[in-house]
Amino acid sequence: MLQDILSRYSRNRTCLVMILQDVQTELGYLAEESLAEIARHLSMPVAHVHSVATFYNVFSLEPRGEHLVRVCLGTACHVRQASLILDTALRELGVSDGGTTKDRKVTVQSVGCVGACAIGPVVEVDEVHHGHMTVPKMSRLLRGFVANKEVAT
Amino acid sequence: MTRLASVAALKERQVRVAASRPVGQQVVAVCGGTGCLATGCKDVAKALEKELGSAGLKDRVTLVVTGCHGFCEQGPIVVVRPQSTFYPRVQVKDVPEIVARTLAKGEVIERLLYVDPVSGTKIERESDIPFYKGQTRIIFESNGHLSPTSLDDYLARGGYGALAKALTTHTPEQVIDEVTRAGLRGRGGGGFSTGRKWASARSAKGEPKYVICNADEGDPGAFMDRSLLEGNPHSVIEGMLIGAYAVGSRHGYVYVRHEYPLAVENLRHALEQARAAGLLGEGILGTTFGFDIVISRGGGAFVCGESTALMASLEGKVGEPRAKYVHTVEHGLFDKPTVLNNVETWANVPAIIANGAAAYASLGTDNSKGTKIFSLVGKINNTGLVEVPMGITLREVVFGIGGGIPGGKKFKAVQTGGPSGGCLPESLLDLPVDFQRLTEAGSMMGSGGMIVMDEDTCMVDVARYFIDFLARESCGKCTPCREGLLACRDILARICEGKGKDEDLSTLDELGQWMTAASLCALGGSAANPVLSTLRYFKHEYLAHIREHRCPGGVCKELITYSIDTGKCNGCHACVKACPPDAISGALKAMHTIDAAACIKCGACLSVCKQDAVVRR
Repeated sequence: MLQDILSRYSRNRTCLVMILQDVQTELGYLAEESLAEIARHLSMPVAHVHSVATFYNVFSLEPRGEHLVRVCLGTACHVRQASLILDTALRELGVSDGGTTKDRKVTVQSVGCVGACAIGPVVEVDEVHHGHMTVPKMSRLLRGFVANKEVAT
Repeated sequence: MTRLASVAALKERQVRVAASRPVGQQVVAVCGGTGCLATGCKDVAKALEKELGSAGLKDRVTLVVTGCHGFCEQGPIVVVRPQSTFYPRVQVKDVPEIVARTLAKGEVIERLLYVDPVSGTKIERESDIPFYKGQTRIIFESNGHLSPTSLDDYLARGGYGALAKALTTHTPEQVIDEVTRAGLRGRGGGGFSTGRKWASARSAKGEPKYVICNADEGDPGAFMDRSLLEGNPHSVIEGMLIGAYAVGSRHGYVYVRHEYPLAVENLRHALEQARAAGLLGEGILGTTFGFDIVISRGGGAFVCGESTALMASLEGKVGEPRAKYVHTVEHGLFDKPTVLNNVETWANVPAIIANGAAAYASLGTDNSKGTKIFSLVGKINNTGLVEVPMGITLREVVFGIGGGIPGGKKFKAVQTGGPSGGCLPESLLDLPVDFQRLTEAGSMMGSGGMIVMDEDTCMVDVARYFIDFLARESCGKCTPCREGLLACRDILARICEGKGKDEDLSTLDELGQWMTAASLCALGGSAANPVLSTLRYFKHEYLAHIREHRCPGGVCKELITYSIDTGKCNGCHACVKACPPDAISGALKAMHTIDAAACIKCGACLSVCKQDAVVRR
């Protein structure tokens, strides 16, 4: 799979961010071996690939959960008490920000702004936006995951 | 679509498409913006399509799923034209009635109409709703009318006419002159003169020259670039084409946030259409001008909104900015002359060329021309995107278009300019909004976020919020920004916990001055604004935290308690059931009480109580 991605790009160093993005999307995270392989492909030090991979928020060096729950902490969401929503998500799942549940089902991550400010507080679950979030609604949403039920808004 | 080999072919196509859509033809527009998607507009559109089919109305009524209308609070939004009947918060179950009555018979369905939160009256027509009525939509107008995936929809509204005009009647210098005389200033934050930027890049030595669209809209609280790119991608492409012609560039990039997948998808689709139609590539519209655009997805770093950091990121590097004494118009992307403007700025360009500099400059103030799209959000009745002439007062935006503060609460502040901006108090509500006046007041235009705050907002917490955000996003290259932000963050955290000292305020002020003076880029250079502006206008709130260990907004966790108002509680038990640590006791139909020692201050009780009996102070 990694080779497929690399074969799409030239060995030009400017392709690094794009390669990392494709690997993140298609393999779910950037494993150490992937970083080393990419470095070889582009003839650059692994440390350089590492510096880019750890600079951008979109990249994860750990495998993420099956579902990605992103709690928006943008200004509009913040003034509508988004921090309480994040606290609730972390408490319900027993993880810290950016963490993944032990069963690898859910990763919770705070995010600067998802750009859906008018319906804040917003929570994005696997790229689907859930607006006007409240503390009880957040709890219900996550309990749906734990019980492996359909997610209800 | 066939290739448009000449300007005449484009005009012929525009006329033909427009003729196939006669005036008065019934159109039902469903908003397909991100806000409405979150509330189920896709299902509403599907139901409309099905219902129109079974009612046999498909030939008579055109269904169009448009880009964002801006009134996201009211989604999913359905507008029936030409009557302009506006139905907010439409559910799938409402669709059969809309088809049977409004679309088939032209009747208005009273129960579905918008209710103005200020007057309480029902309003039928879109244009009569105060949220829309107070706006002047030039850049954003097409969003509610066209399908983002239809080039013909764009052409029917005169699309690419400005490009044709520029290519055939203007020299590149004349285009630059027109944009300069229009007074267009960058909509992304800096507010630099677009025409001057283009002129410098045109005269700069070096080939190739690059044109970049900054769609890395990182300012929390702003989403107009997202809506423009998602809803009307061709307007951005047309703006970039005109800019490329003016500066002599053949290569363009759009750098889009990875959080905006729909924007990427719609833009990609639009680029393919434009290429197929001969509007991108070689020999555009039969001229010698050639230009094409590549999409690059951002990596999710706020600092990449800064032009030099963005260019570093495009080169595949860590997105660190560099000192500004080397100008990007001369040494930008790959060290070549580069013009970078944001989405909204590019979207302004076709309007300037099409209508002329004079028409454009007739709106606005001495130093700020045209209109600006603001993201009006936070504690306000009508939230969404508003396009208003520069120079409008904050009061007109917040209380006119925005309809004021919900729940009878008091206005406290409006935050403009994103993390680099500031918080403006009630005494400045009559301030005209333009680049200069906002800066003088200690804030800035920024990309146009306007976050309204009511009495339940803590201004120290807001300052802490922005500093926290910036401390996380600082790239760490220069010391004043990296260390200054961490120092400010620690002090603000202490104040929010009630452990602040009087001298903290002078330390914050001093740190702020240093960061402003000594940081490498605008992120650090303006990072102190949220602290300095709240210290300037809301010092009393800082002092309340420090001297009285009290949070006037009722936000800072360490300084507040939750309790139940015995006069209001009806013993409904909702809070007892919602409380995660079981800290609330009381039998059904009997008074409830909160055990302060067990309370984790999560706010669950407050959000479930219908009696307004939970008190946070």
